[in-house]
Amino acid sequence: MKILVCISKTPDTTAKIAFKNGNSQFDDNGVQWIINPYDEWYALVRAIELKEKDASTVLHLVNVGGADADPIIRKALALGGDEAIRINTTDLHDSFYVASQIAEVARNGGYDLIFTGKETIDYNGSSIGGMVAELVGLPYISLATHFEISGATATVTREIEGGEEVDEVSLPVVVSCQKGMAEARIPNMRGIMSARTKPLKVVEPIEAPVFTTIQNFELPPPKAGVKLINPDNLSELVRLLHEEAKVI
Amino acid sequence: MVLIFADQTDGQFKKTTFEALSYGAKVAEQLGVHAEALVLGTVNENLNSLGKYGVTKVHHVRNEVLNSFDAQVYTQVISEAVKATGAKVVVVAHNNTGRAIAGRLSARLKAAMVPAAVSLPDTTGGFIVKKVVFSGKAFANVSLNTDIKIISLNMNAFKIAAVEGTAEVSVLDIPVEAAKVKVVATNKVTGEIPLTEATRVVSAGRGLKGPENWGLVENLAKALNAALACSRPVADSGWRPHHEHVGQTGIAIAPNLYVAAGISGAIQHLAGVNRSKVIVVINKDPEAPFFKAADYGVVGDVFEVLPKLTDEVQKFKGV
Ligand SMILES: Cc1cc2nc3c(=O)[nH]c(=O)nc-3n(C[C@H](O)[C@H](O)[C@H](O)COP(=O)(O)OP(=O)(O)OC[C@H]3O[C@@H](n4cnc5c(N)ncnc54)[C@H](O)[C@@H]3O)c2cc1C
Ligand SMILES: Nc1ncnc2c1ncn2[C@@H]1O[C@H](COP(=O)(O)O)[C@@H](O)[C@H]1O
Repeated sequence: MKILVCISKTPDTTAKIAFKNGNSQFDDNGVQWIINPYDEWYALVRAIELKEKDASTVLHLVNVGGADADPIIRKALALGGDEAIRINTTDLHDSFYVASQIAEVARNGGYDLIFTGKETIDYNGSSIGGMVAELVGLPYISLATHFEISGATATVTREIEGGEEVDEVSLPVVVSCQKGMAEARIPNMRGIMSARTKPLKVVEPIEAPVFTTIQNFELPPPKAGVKLINPDNLSELVRLLHEEAKVI
Repeated sequence: MVLIFADQTDGQFKKTTFEALSYGAKVAEQLGVHAEALVLGTVNENLNSLGKYGVTKVHHVRNEVLNSFDAQVYTQVISEAVKATGAKVVVVAHNNTGRAIAGRLSARLKAAMVPAAVSLPDTTGGFIVKKVVFSGKAFANVSLNTDIKIISLNMNAFKIAAVEGTAEVSVLDIPVEAAKVKVVATNKVTGEIPLTEATRVVSAGRGLKGPENWGLVENLAKALNAALACSRPVADSGWRPHHEHVGQTGIAIAPNLYVAAGISGAIQHLAGVNRSKVIVVINKDPEAPFFKAADYGVVGDVFEVLPKLTDEVQKFKGV
């Protein structure tokens, strides 16, 4: 089996969110970059588990980004990928452009399974998996919490409104992964050593259109500050929630 | 024309659908065009009644294949409907269904799409929609630069507005591909308010000490008619089910009221709840970071505050 995991680079979850150049750009000063948690903890680890069950599995990673993504790609290789492909783009592009690049790799690679994360924690798109599936012409199961494979059939549990659904689908398929798929791991020493020599291929992007552009960013207005209520006077809290906040 | 995809589950429409319809109607009004709805599959409700949310027409594709969800099939049918009706703006709800189809639709129609949208479009010099970025810590204004535009509307970002009116229903005949995804089981959480639909949420963290104390949380939730949520370590320890975990790696919610008891307010927790309209924090530590993000705070012990607050809410409601 051949698996492709889409890996994106995002600011650490505790990074301070600020903007520069007239709020047109994210201010990455002092920001730590990590593998997007959904990609690492759920998509990648589940793919590694599948490979552990069936040693003939080939596990590729793909990233659309610049050389500054190499450290997180190496980390993903240390966790367990066999080979990584970075599509070399330095400019900021939109989701469709990124999806077009991944779709090109997917089409040429003959993958049985393509995993993405549920969403990136910076753009919060939740869209690239679906775009790739459409561009390649594959079924798509989003927000998966469990994934099992038997022969050429995948059994996938996905989150639906107010519950979950179990789906069956023949490979190849694109799946977006979230909590439940696997448990986070840390790379071991052997993984870190072997990652240094694993192939990280850099390829140039194909031409693709861009449909959207970010005009600028905004921070939410600051909170007015907390109103403290004495724990012995909770009727006051109920009154405020009713009369002032109007939420009960 | 603005076409709103009216998502249904088991023949029934959800709150997010009404939000999308109300939003789409407002977009149409702003553009000086009609708003129309698209319904796929068998529905139990009277479709004329969707007129209450401002649409003048409901297109109904009745094929039974559509009673179970396959993102590829839905995308094919919605794309054909967009072409058949000549819609220029497509609105879907950014719920689980919306997340499965919005990207696909964008790729199929070669149309710009904005996910997790929170504002009406600014059409003064283009078509710009505000969306959530950095997990609720900021917003981006996104320009949609194609002829057809797709908006995936974030949950609880637009108020449902009921108006007078009924919609004309017309059956749309679109050939439907065979589904490749077979649904073999569905497990619904019954008897509870789904977290993402709830307007009020009561949430608790490690400060509750153990699952045996959750009765205190449940009682307050019941009194407030609220859904239950929890912090990540609570779900990870198996005290509460995973679907109640909110935050950066859990569910992101935006209720009108969020009550957090015994939760410290770590940045990853806040990422999932900071779009709540009103936040109440109960914590015994006055230095807990959550107080900085709160509107109302009670510095006290949850084991005393929760029962008392439940009493007061019940008194207020005249129970
Ligand atoms: C990448 C990443 C992603 C994460 N994603 C999430 C996420 O999605 N959601 C999430 O919640 N967390 C997430 N976390 C974890 C997060 O950093 C915190 O560890 C977690 O939110 C803490 O949970 P807590 O507030 O319940 O527990 P604690 O931090 O242990 O806080 C317990 C609080 O209860 C108070 N308390 C104790 N006893 C009482 C009492 N008797 N009465 C009143 N108050 C009391 C304490 O003062 C304290 O403030 C993530 C972490 C990382 C690194
Ligand atoms: N630049 C990128 N390179 C590779 N994969 C990506 C990239 N951006 C997003 N993805 C994948 O697509 C998923 C959804 O991203 P998004 O639609 O931006 O929320 C992520 O979790 C990744 O798996």
